[in-house]
Amino acid sequence: MSPRPGFILEVDKSTPPTLFWHGEGFRLERLPTGSRVIYPPEAQPPLKDPLTAIYSALENPVGDSSPLSSLLFPDMRLTIAFDDLSLPLPSMQSPDVRQLVIEQVLDLAASKGVDDVVLVAALALHRRMTETELRHILGDRVYDSFAKMGRLTQHDAEDPSNLIHLGLTDKGEDVEINKRAATSDLLIYVNVNLVSMDGGHKSVATGLASYKSLRHHHNVKTMVHSKSFMDRDNSQLHSSNWRMGRLIKDAGVKIFQIETTLNTNTFPDSFSFLQKREWEWNIRDRAAFVASSTALQKSPPWLSRKVLHSIRSPYQLTGVTAGEVEAVHDVTIKNVYKQQLVEVHGQTDILTMGLPYIGPYNVNSIMNPVLVYCLGLGYFFNMYRGVPLVRKGGVLILSHPTRREFDPTFHPSYIDFFDNVLADTTNPLEIESKYENAFATDPWYIHLYRTGHAYHGVHPFYMWYWGAHALDHLGAVIILGGDPKTVHRLGFMSATTMSDALEMAQNVVGPDPTLTHLHSPPLLMADVKA
Amino acid sequence: MIVDRLSGKAIFITGSTGFLGTALVEKLLRTIPGCQLFLLTRPGKTSTATERIQKEILKNDCFDILRKTLGDRFENEIVSRIHPISGDVISDGLNLDEHDRELLSHCDVIIHSAASVSFDSPLDQAVEVNLCGPRRVAEAVIAARKDFGVTKPIHLIAISTAYVAGRRRGLSPELPLSETPFSIELDWRSEVKAARGTRADVDLRSRDPKILEQFRKKAANELGAAGVPVLVAKQEKLRTQWIHDEMVRAGIARATSVGWPDAYAYTKALGEKALLEKQDEIPISIIRPSIIESAMLEPRPGWIRGFRMAEPIIISYARGLLKEFPGVPEGVIDVIPVDMVAAAIVAVAAQGPRDPSPEIFQVASGSRNPLKYATLVNHVRTWFQEHPLYDADGQPIMIPDWSFPGRGRVQSQLEKTSKFLQALEQATGMLPIRGNQAEFIVDIEKKRQAVDSALGYVELYGTYAETDAIFKIDNLIGLYDSLSKEDKAQFSFDPALIHWESFIREVHLPSVVEHARVKTTPTKRPAKSRTNRNLNLILSPDRHLAVFDLENTIISSNVVDTYAWLATRRLPKFQKALFAMNLALQGPSLLALDRKDRGDFLRSFYRKYEGARPQRLEKDSQEFFNAYLLKKSFPAAIERVRRHKSLGHKTLLITGALDFVLEPLKPLFDDIICAELEVGDNGLYKGRSLSIPPTGEARASILAKYASEHSLELSESIAYADSTSDLPMLEVVGYPVCVNPEPKLAAIARKRGWHIEQWSKAQGLPPIYLPIGRSM
Repeated sequence: MSPRPGFILEVDKSTPPTLFWHGEGFRLERLPTGSRVIYPPEAQPPLKDPLTAIYSALENPVGDSSPLSSLLFPDMRLTIAFDDLSLPLPSMQSPDVRQLVIEQVLDLAASKGVDDVVLVAALALHRRMTETELRHILGDRVYDSFAKMGRLTQHDAEDPSNLIHLGLTDKGEDVEINKRAATSDLLIYVNVNLVSMDGGHKSVATGLASYKSLRHHHNVKTMVHSKSFMDRDNSQLHSSNWRMGRLIKDAGVKIFQIETTLNTNTFPDSFSFLQKREWEWNIRDRAAFVASSTALQKSPPWLSRKVLHSIRSPYQLTGVTAGEVEAVHDVTIKNVYKQQLVEVHGQTDILTMGLPYIGPYNVNSIMNPVLVYCLGLGYFFNMYRGVPLVRKGGVLILSHPTRREFDPTFHPSYIDFFDNVLADTTNPLEIESKYENAFATDPWYIHLYRTGHAYHGVHPFYMWYWGAHALDHLGAVIILGGDPKTVHRLGFMSATTMSDALEMAQNVVGPDPTLTHLHSPPLLMADVKA
Repeated sequence: MIVDRLSGKAIFITGSTGFLGTALVEKLLRTIPGCQLFLLTRPGKTSTATERIQKEILKNDCFDILRKTLGDRFENEIVSRIHPISGDVISDGLNLDEHDRELLSHCDVIIHSAASVSFDSPLDQAVEVNLCGPRRVAEAVIAARKDFGVTKPIHLIAISTAYVAGRRRGLSPELPLSETPFSIELDWRSEVKAARGTRADVDLRSRDPKILEQFRKKAANELGAAGVPVLVAKQEKLRTQWIHDEMVRAGIARATSVGWPDAYAYTKALGEKALLEKQDEIPISIIRPSIIESAMLEPRPGWIRGFRMAEPIIISYARGLLKEFPGVPEGVIDVIPVDMVAAAIVAVAAQGPRDPSPEIFQVASGSRNPLKYATLVNHVRTWFQEHPLYDADGQPIMIPDWSFPGRGRVQSQLEKTSKFLQALEQATGMLPIRGNQAEFIVDIEKKRQAVDSALGYVELYGTYAETDAIFKIDNLIGLYDSLSKEDKAQFSFDPALIHWESFIREVHLPSVVEHARVKTTPTKRPAKSRTNRNLNLILSPDRHLAVFDLENTIISSNVVDTYAWLATRRLPKFQKALFAMNLALQGPSLLALDRKDRGDFLRSFYRKYEGARPQRLEKDSQEFFNAYLLKKSFPAAIERVRRHKSLGHKTLLITGALDFVLEPLKPLFDDIICAELEVGDNGLYKGRSLSIPPTGEARASILAKYASEHSLELSESIAYADSTSDLPMLEVVGYPVCVNPEPKLAAIARKRGWHIEQWSKAQGLPPIYLPIGRSM
């Protein structure tokens, strides 16, 4: 039986309450009659034999590329870059797809007598991963044989000795990336394409770049004009990355891109109710919901967080493609859309969504208020193609506790950003011009980024820019169940109950509004026709 | 006319910096244009007699009217009429130089107003000033006149007190004490001798090993492990205070044993006696005011100087601290406005001495226009009900009902409360708490201090509210009646003229409230503005250096955690648990060692690193920093260091922690001064520090050295620390900041007005119960 496609439910009197993520817990909310709930398509069937599929992809590349085995030769310098922990979400059950791919690549390289192999985690300005995290992504075998020899590295965007400036694009953008990767005979990039934003030229041009290079597309102007940044063809973020990618290619950097796609089999059996439509919950699902929701509610946030972050996702491989970057990515995007796209007709006045405990930047950590903002206004708001789900001047209602909690090891500059920058202004352009440079060049943040496990000092700014398009588009944002003081600092309103939130929303959009709920998990992308 | 009689006269005044003295000088300057004033003033520690007169007398708002009327001529008038004379009344001959002695010999009137007016003066001090002072003045005048051959008339007016009558009931006449029925035969010379001997005795007793041990314990209890110099200074301060207290007690004891309520009245009475022995050599008048309070009319209604007897009681009551004050409702409280006393003195001076002298004038209200205690209390109550004071939260303070309890009951109630609070304070002081909870203890201490001071008032002034003596003022009224109509208008001192209700409600209470600097409007939290002011000073670009302690100032961790984490980092799981248990068992003894001597405590931990490999510790420390220290850090503290840096201040960390642990923190500070372990020939650590652990007083000297090497001013520097062991460091800088202070430090910080920061760890992280090393 093939998986059912996405589905749009119109709420009537008999509709059971709708499930909302609410940080480290859930809410069940009864939506007004006539509201639309967008359910994602069911998980695509996985590839039957992933190992063979990977082997076959390496040997049958797409685009202008030879099979991997013919690109490998003794005495060559080989660099294998891979996506970091921000993908997939949650982290997948072992073995991680990157481990499967890299093991095969390494076997092949070994068989061809390649000795000089270096692995580099494509961190961009993300935090350095811990040993446990690297072991999870790469597996013990790869970790143990590379880490001790110093051949397992994590990209350091602040290491002048390992960066190379490859030139300027025709728009004057600096292209500066990891020197070892750029000067290798072959750069293999291993990706996990969880959402349509990932992959393609963005892998190398962003993942292995320096701050000097990143700032050309990670800025307010670009983000406001990426409508959406999940839709490559209408995203200036991607146009810039594509220009850079082509320059990298022209500079002689030989890239063999391996992209993988996963289905949306996001949660293990014990949480299977999360993947089902509420009216299809059976007794077991109901029991599981009541049990887990009560337990999470009764636990202190740190304990709920610990429990949830220990969940490993049973994601399955739905596609693996290798070869020339653009050709590979075309195939990948088709796969992603096939899994995630849901056709929607017409925009809504009010868009509601529940925000989960996890986003790309808080794996094994706290979803701080700035990340709440980014997940809602950056990621989920932009999960559209065509026009946004919510009309211009409409209202976004997010459900999340939004406590003033920060991880001082992973997010040190976020604390100062929240305390000092947001206290002054929430306007992205003002923030960018007034504060970005100081944070980006701050020696203490750079020190913590390079030697500790901290996100780069400028990272919270990028989070804020990520939501710039939404801020520009929306009439108001309401955080349901959010800590009022913290929410206020973000520049939003908080509401205790959904009916309060709806009443507040009506002050902005007028009476009898239309309402659409983006149901997650799992992920979906709305293909909105105006 | 008074003006004519005193015109052209030279008047020598002692005690002109006091409340009455200031009023007298002003009155003379303003009303007797032709007189010259010679003001005997003791030079201050850093100022000359002239400077003191400028600062303490002429700058006083008492002279506002004169300054206004004279305008530009004020300075000229002062220079030409006021002549500072450097000297004091506690030395024989008044410590005058020849020139000043000659000036003194030519004076026409001597007004001796200098006194030790505090009711709780140490015995010998009261004796020197109040008992010997008047006689010394008389002797100095007589000797000077003889030496310079001056024979013109002279008149010595000595200001005494109506309470020389002591604790006696009934009418108190205006007669020398020896002629009253209250007289008691006391030889003032042996009293002086005994008083002087008492100090030597008390000093000797203060050096008794048992007493010294008490000081040591008290200092240690108050300051903790603050280091030898600080503790020693505190002990000596305690000893000096003890001597002072013992001398005060000796004064009260002696006074009460011979029928006076306190040392003040006792020494004043004997002072009269000693002075009057000279009455054959110099004509003497004695003026005995009762309790002098705010001016009724001049220089302006309500003018008052200093916080006097009734004021602290009234304010304590209005603040709700003093719930009850003992007194007899129908008793008379004898109060007299200062301008009446000053006017009476001028009138006595103008009239000249009686022959034979002495003539005695009592300036008191009780016999002619009595103010009943119940009336006073009633006015005070209703006034504060209409004009309440406000607490820190902007809430009006409720006035307690005054039930006129006996003194004994109030005293025992207060004593019980004080004892209870003291016990509570001690008990909670031993708990290992800090931050906001420590503030609670400071509150207890504040309450106790309030109760103690209330108790002090009751002990000291209680008798004055219970005095039954009525002071006769026949001489005073006789003098008043002899005045012309114009003089009566300008020099009014008839107590019958006081309208008590308007005096209390419209003159005195507004003035008292103004002087007490209490909150009279419901604005919220002036404390906050003080905090902001402090913070602005701390974060001013003018500062030079910001120095930080590490443990519990920047990071809520200590050397024990560090050692435990690093030691268990590479142990198998089971052994980790064992290790943790073992360390937990050692906890109390470690805590005790830390309290006793921080240096020894640190050394005991340095020793544990013996045989460790530097490279490995360095690597593990990096992980310790990310997995433990940062999670336990105070983000606000890190932000503050960075803020100082951005303001151009030099930032320095001084800590007993080891260098390899601090390596990851290096970029945060400009400099770090910490402990370093010696490395042996085998390349392993030896478990010994290369230098003395930078703790306690060592920290202060390290800081001083650092500052001078970098040409930074300590007075322009800021120090952040959390415990009393950091006191030496906090005390040497201009801007000390206490971070999450432990109770003892919180109490000290409050007293000295130091800035306090309450910084907390990042919220939302799992609690770390045991410092066990794990990889991230």
